[in-house]
Amino acid sequence: MKFNLKIWRQKDANAQGKLVDYKIDNVSEDMSLLEMMDVLNDQLVRKGEEPVAFDHDCREGICGMCSMYINGRAHGPVKASTTCQLYMRNFTDGETITIEPFRAGAFPIVRDLAVTRSAFDRIIAAGGFVSVSTGQAQDANNTPIGKEEADKAMDAAACIGCGACAAACPNASAMLFVSAKVAHLSLLPQGQVERKERALAMINQMDEEGFGSCTNIGACEAECPKEISLENIARLNREYLWATVAK
Amino acid sequence: MALDSKIPDGPLESKWTKYKSSVKLVNPANKRKLDVLVIGTGLAGASAAASLAELGYKVKAFCFQDSPRRAHSIAAQGGINSAKNYKNDGDSVHRLFYDTIKGGDFRAREANVHRLAEVSVDIIDQCVAQGVPFAREYGGLLDNRSFGGAQVSRTFYARGQTGQQLLIGAYQALERQIGLGNVEMYSRHEMVEVVTIDGKARGIICRNLITGKLERFFGHAVVLATGGYGNVFFLSTNAMGSNVTAAWRAHRNGAYFANPCYTQIHPTCIPVTGDYQSKLTLMSESLRNDGRVWVPKAKGDKRKPQDIPEEERDYYLERKYPSFGNLAPRDIASRAAKEACDDGRGVGASGLAVYLDFADSIKRLGKEKVEERYGNLFDMYKHITNENPYETPMRIYPAVHYTMGGLWVDYNLMTSVPGLYATGECNFSDHGANRLGASALMQGLADGYFVLPYTIGNYLADEIFTKAIPTDHPAFVEAEKTAQERYDKLLSIQGTRTVDDFHKELGKIIWDYCGMARSAEGLTKARQMVRKLRDEFWKDVKVTGGLHEFNVDLDKANRVADFLELGELMIIDALDRNESCGGHFRVEYQDDGEAKRDDENYAYVAAWEFTGLEGDPVLHKEELKYENIKLAVRSYK
Amino acid sequence: MQADISLGKRLTSSIGKKIVVALTGLFLTLFLVVHLMGNLQLLKNDGGEAFNHYSEFMGHNPLIQTISKVNFAFILGHAIWGIFLAFKNRAARPTRYAVNKPGANSRWASRNMALLGTIVFVFIAIHLVNFYFTFHYGDIPTVDYRDAHSGELFRVKDYASVVQIGFQQLWIVAFYVVAMFALAFHLSHGIQSAFQTLGANNKEVSPTLKTIGYVLAYGLCALFAIIPVIMYIQNS
Repeated sequence: MKFNLKIWRQKDANAQGKLVDYKIDNVSEDMSLLEMMDVLNDQLVRKGEEPVAFDHDCREGICGMCSMYINGRAHGPVKASTTCQLYMRNFTDGETITIEPFRAGAFPIVRDLAVTRSAFDRIIAAGGFVSVSTGQAQDANNTPIGKEEADKAMDAAACIGCGACAAACPNASAMLFVSAKVAHLSLLPQGQVERKERALAMINQMDEEGFGSCTNIGACEAECPKEISLENIARLNREYLWATVAK
Repeated sequence: MALDSKIPDGPLESKWTKYKSSVKLVNPANKRKLDVLVIGTGLAGASAAASLAELGYKVKAFCFQDSPRRAHSIAAQGGINSAKNYKNDGDSVHRLFYDTIKGGDFRAREANVHRLAEVSVDIIDQCVAQGVPFAREYGGLLDNRSFGGAQVSRTFYARGQTGQQLLIGAYQALERQIGLGNVEMYSRHEMVEVVTIDGKARGIICRNLITGKLERFFGHAVVLATGGYGNVFFLSTNAMGSNVTAAWRAHRNGAYFANPCYTQIHPTCIPVTGDYQSKLTLMSESLRNDGRVWVPKAKGDKRKPQDIPEEERDYYLERKYPSFGNLAPRDIASRAAKEACDDGRGVGASGLAVYLDFADSIKRLGKEKVEERYGNLFDMYKHITNENPYETPMRIYPAVHYTMGGLWVDYNLMTSVPGLYATGECNFSDHGANRLGASALMQGLADGYFVLPYTIGNYLADEIFTKAIPTDHPAFVEAEKTAQERYDKLLSIQGTRTVDDFHKELGKIIWDYCGMARSAEGLTKARQMVRKLRDEFWKDVKVTGGLHEFNVDLDKANRVADFLELGELMIIDALDRNESCGGHFRVEYQDDGEAKRDDENYAYVAAWEFTGLEGDPVLHKEELKYENIKLAVRSYK
Repeated sequence: MQADISLGKRLTSSIGKKIVVALTGLFLTLFLVVHLMGNLQLLKNDGGEAFNHYSEFMGHNPLIQTISKVNFAFILGHAIWGIFLAFKNRAARPTRYAVNKPGANSRWASRNMALLGTIVFVFIAIHLVNFYFTFHYGDIPTVDYRDAHSGELFRVKDYASVVQIGFQQLWIVAFYVVAMFALAFHLSHGIQSAFQTLGANNKEVSPTLKTIGYVLAYGLCALFAIIPVIMYIQNS
């Protein structure tokens, strides 16, 4: 297979960026998109040009590091997939593929396709945890948790923090990310004590980071590689409403 | 220097309890004055950084990824062992201890492993309290599954994402401490030198990966939790960024490297499809709970799996190891797969694969149940191979997964450099010559949550009068200079071959000669090949870009340079060990395909001291004393 | 953990703003239902009598008049918060994508609530000038009706005739129809979105709420739009 690539190149956070054209052929359909990028970079280095910087690590769809906006979609055209799990067989031979970084004011560009997502870490630091220090725990089976609740909590906890939700959201809102954590913890008995504070603190931090506000568009859910449900956002809204009224 | 493992006296069962109650303590006011640097934020690092900060130490944590949550612990799928005996199936601390020692082919330290089994119970409690959503039964209590090398169900799991959930738990604990101001987090920072002053570890040099600047950090103690070195093989199940640099820099600065030849080849990975392949993907060992491994009985049988009748299939694990069957330990299952493929009975286009078949389980349990257990793994397999494992058997082949070897540490998890600790996969510790499934998560968290927070106090109690050393101290300047010169050198070569060229070639040498089967002849040859390749690297590598910028090519080159040194040490270690044990299989030492240990001559930990690249490293032997269990032939038949 | 976040901040946070928009929006939807019930009386073949009675009642009942003021406040509040949100959300992505395919993951209406809302807002302004202010402050002809029971004659303003004259102009009819399209799209997202914002979304109730949202949105607007069309056809 061969492809025309249009890739966003930007030297650093403050530089002016632009889309640059590259041609690549002899691409196997069993290659992942990132492996195609490896091949491109290999060719660039051999020519003495600087390779395209992009984030990636586990290449198994779980670390959440890869973050490309491919042909107008976060993580590309395949549903429930991260960039690293995207294979070239999902594209047509000769196609033009445009690759941009995840864009949001709260995700400043490091270089080319790599962005900083520390805003997510700060949101977790604001309240995305249970305040239990090492050694304070009771026996794990002392508090039974219904299978259904545990499963729902797991559904929400499956979030990999990649930022596709904010990248796909027309409002660059991080609500799906925040809601997944709030839902995960509010569904479990361990998360009850700090439930109200958690919802308030995390949303407060989300706003301070400069993410947009959710208007229930649903692009986040559609593009989430882990298929985190909008139900979590409704749950966060409930938690927030209750915390606002009852605190 | 003689190796002192500092194992406490007394009966095995009470060593740790006694140690905890007699270890030196640091009072809270003094803890506030003590800086601890934790490098790496996987299970071992994040849990250590959070726990130390909770105790009151001033912690700085470092990771090369953009967020501490991305460390490769996150990719662990199957589960975490714990001797809870919730299943009432006869498990106990002693049995977990014994299984782990036996699983490691009697090459691990008794006292460490027993401590690990003891604290395994606390780990589950801690994680549940943090909100880790482990799988549960309908009654609301925790569920367990079975893993290789055990006859009890002691593995706790969160779907196929156990590592993710445990890491998120530790990460959240860490973020909590960051929010409280007790931990300063430095992401996109790679440790490139360790700083020692008067023989003690006193700090590190990091490359800020965004600006490219070298930065100095002081610590009263330094904790390396930087994972394993499986990427020396180029292709492995490790993350692309996983590297040995931090551990190797420590080694070059005096920390002994133990058992580097013990690498784990995991039997169930998705086979290689082409030379562009950048990494290998693991399919969790838990799949072997319900999947059956087989190859055709006839050589070169190219029929579709569905067309091969039952009587023409060889379920070789069930045949060879009837009491453990498909749940034979990893080293054994991997070797059996290699044997079948070498015998010409491998499947798929390359002939380097065996089937992992779920047809019987789907018949027995129904598709829904199988989906509930392994849904995400099946999806992952389909994404990668474009084949549906519900309909056709998975094709799997062994791949490098974990490294049992690592920095030598004593009972305190301290390396041979005072004040320098190594935890998790980064140390050589608890798994001997082979690690059992679901034990890596256990060890990482045991070290970080429950061992290091005690043992580090024993050292820091004597450091309370040490004032923070300013980072313009000559030792810092010298260490930074070493790092700087190395980067300058890498950028100045401007040769003809890319970093990946060298990495791939190195990986192939190590895989061919120091992989699943090793021989003295091959290893001797391989050592020369690696040395030659290393010389070539320093003459002909091409690295683009500059120093003071985000430069992935340069970072990669820096890591590969260290792999090129480590690779040789692995070979030296494999050559030294004239026996087969666990993941180290020397073709000269076998009983009809089964590993043949030599307890008389090789029941020791091989701890290597760096003496420069020209000559041979110095071997220090730590004798392994088995006072509580009898050394036996490791049989799973 | 501690979270000292004042009530004011809670209400103006990103979720706080949404809640205001959702609550006012749902109230305005209810208002539309009542408004439509009145309008439908224009289609009665009674020379506008029922409509005139209804208008007279609505125009002079103190309770209705109070609600009507609240309604104006809500329209303004809804619009202002909505615009705030839209600007904040736009600012959240300073650099746009060069290539973007939002159509692949979301509905057009959901992404264009501010545009649709603005059209509706302009419509409301013109609508108020056309009818509301004319009804209240304009020079309107009167008409006499005889009470069916007492047989007494009484005089009311002939609001219906004003409407009729208005809807003889094609551009006004066309503008109304276009505006109703905009409103329909606005509501098609707005109603279900409001439920989501107020926390109502799970596998059991969501399909029903969504259906209610669509039926209300398209039903209301179709009926609103058909009135001027029928009146135009009847009178030409």
